[in-house]
Amino acid sequence: MPRREREKRLARWNVEQHVHSAGQIGWPDRIHAVFRRHAIRQVGYVPDTGHARLIELCIKDNAIKDVVLASEAEGPGLVLGAALGGERAALLMQSSGVGNCVNTFSLLKNCAIPCVLLVTMRGEFNDFNPWQVPMGSITEPVLRHCGFQTYRIEREEDVEPVTDSACRMAFGGGNLQVALLLSQRMTERNKPEGH
Amino acid sequence: MDRRALVARLLADRGDLMVVTGIGSATYDVAACGDHPLNFYIWSGLGCTPSVGLGLALARPDRRVAVVTGDGDVLMALGSLGTIGVKQPANLSIVCLDNGHYSATGMQPSATSAGIDLAQAAAACRLRTEAVSDLSRADELRTLLHSGQGPIFIHARVDADDQKRVFPSRDGVAIKHRFLQAAGTPA
Repeated sequence: MPRREREKRLARWNVEQHVHSAGQIGWPDRIHAVFRRHAIRQVGYVPDTGHARLIELCIKDNAIKDVVLASEAEGPGLVLGAALGGERAALLMQSSGVGNCVNTFSLLKNCAIPCVLLVTMRGEFNDFNPWQVPMGSITEPVLRHCGFQTYRIEREEDVEPVTDSACRMAFGGGNLQVALLLSQRMTERNKPEGH
Repeated sequence: MDRRALVARLLADRGDLMVVTGIGSATYDVAACGDHPLNFYIWSGLGCTPSVGLGLALARPDRRVAVVTGDGDVLMALGSLGTIGVKQPANLSIVCLDNGHYSATGMQPSATSAGIDLAQAAAACRLRTEAVSDLSRADELRTLLHSGQGPIFIHARVDADDQKRVFPSRDGVAIKHRFLQAAGTPA
C-alpha cells in the first residue's frame, strides 16, 4: 500500500486533546447533535476506537460532563446518580463492555431510570480479533435479558433518526433503557487497521 | 469503633445532605439513624455505590453528597476511585465502614483483613483521605462531610459485629420519586 494511503487509513493522534481521532466524520457528529438536542448532560464511556470521534466531541462540549470510566460496570451507577440529580445521561461502550455491566444494569431496571446506551459492535463483520466473537455474538440477547429495548443500526443514514427515537423513548416519560447497536460493518470503514 | 455510633454522629443535623448507601450493612446503619427522604438505598450491584455518588455529585454541584458504604463495596469499586479522582468532585464524600468482613453474608473475611489498605488506595486515586479507628474525631469528620473540599474518603475501621438489620424500603421507584421530590428535582 502506498505510504500516503496508509497514513490516511491510520488513526491520528491529537496531542493537544490527548484523544485518538480515527478520522471519523458523519455519524458520530450526528449522535452528538442528538445528545445536545435532548439535553444529555453526562456521558460515561470506556475509550473505544469506534466511539473515538464521539468521545472527542463530548470532551470538547462544555455542556456535557464526560466521565472516563475504569470499567463499564460503573456506567449504570453513574446514570442512576445523574438521574437522582435531575440530569440525563448516556453511556458509550463496545460490545465487550456490555458483559461487564450485566449486574449493575439492574439498578436502572429496579429504579426505572432512563438510559441511552450506544454500543459499537465487535466480533461480527471483518473483526481482526476472533476473541471478540463470543461476547459480540450474545450482546443483543444479553441486553434484552437486562431489560433494554435494542435497535441495530446498519446504515449511516439511520443513525440520527434512530438515536433521536431512542432519546424520546428513554426520556419522554417511559423511563426506558434503550440500547443502539452500531454494526461493525457500518463503523468498520472508519477504523484504523487492527482495532 | 461502633459503626452505628459513627454514622449517627456523621449524619447528625444533616440538613439537605444527600446520602447514598451501599448494599448490605451500610444501608442498615443509615436506616438505623432514621429514614430520610434524601437517603437513597442501593439494593443491588455491589461495587456501584461510589459511581452513583459521582453521578449525583456531578449533577448537583450545589449540594453535598455522601456515600456511606462498606469495605466489600469499595473493594469491588477500586477502579471507580480512580474515576472519581479524575473528576475531583468537590462536593462528594465517601465514608467507608471497614470491618474487614462481609457482615451481611456471614462474616467471611475481606481483603482488608489481610492488610489491604483502602485508605492508601483512595489517597493514590487523589481523594482527600482521613483514616480513623475511634470516635475522637467524629465532630471534625462531620464538618468535613458537610463542608470540606472533596473528593473526601473517610476510612473508618469499625468493629466486626453483626448488628440488628434495619430494613428501609426496597421499592426503587418509590425511593427515587421520594428523593427527587425532597431534592426539588423535576422528575
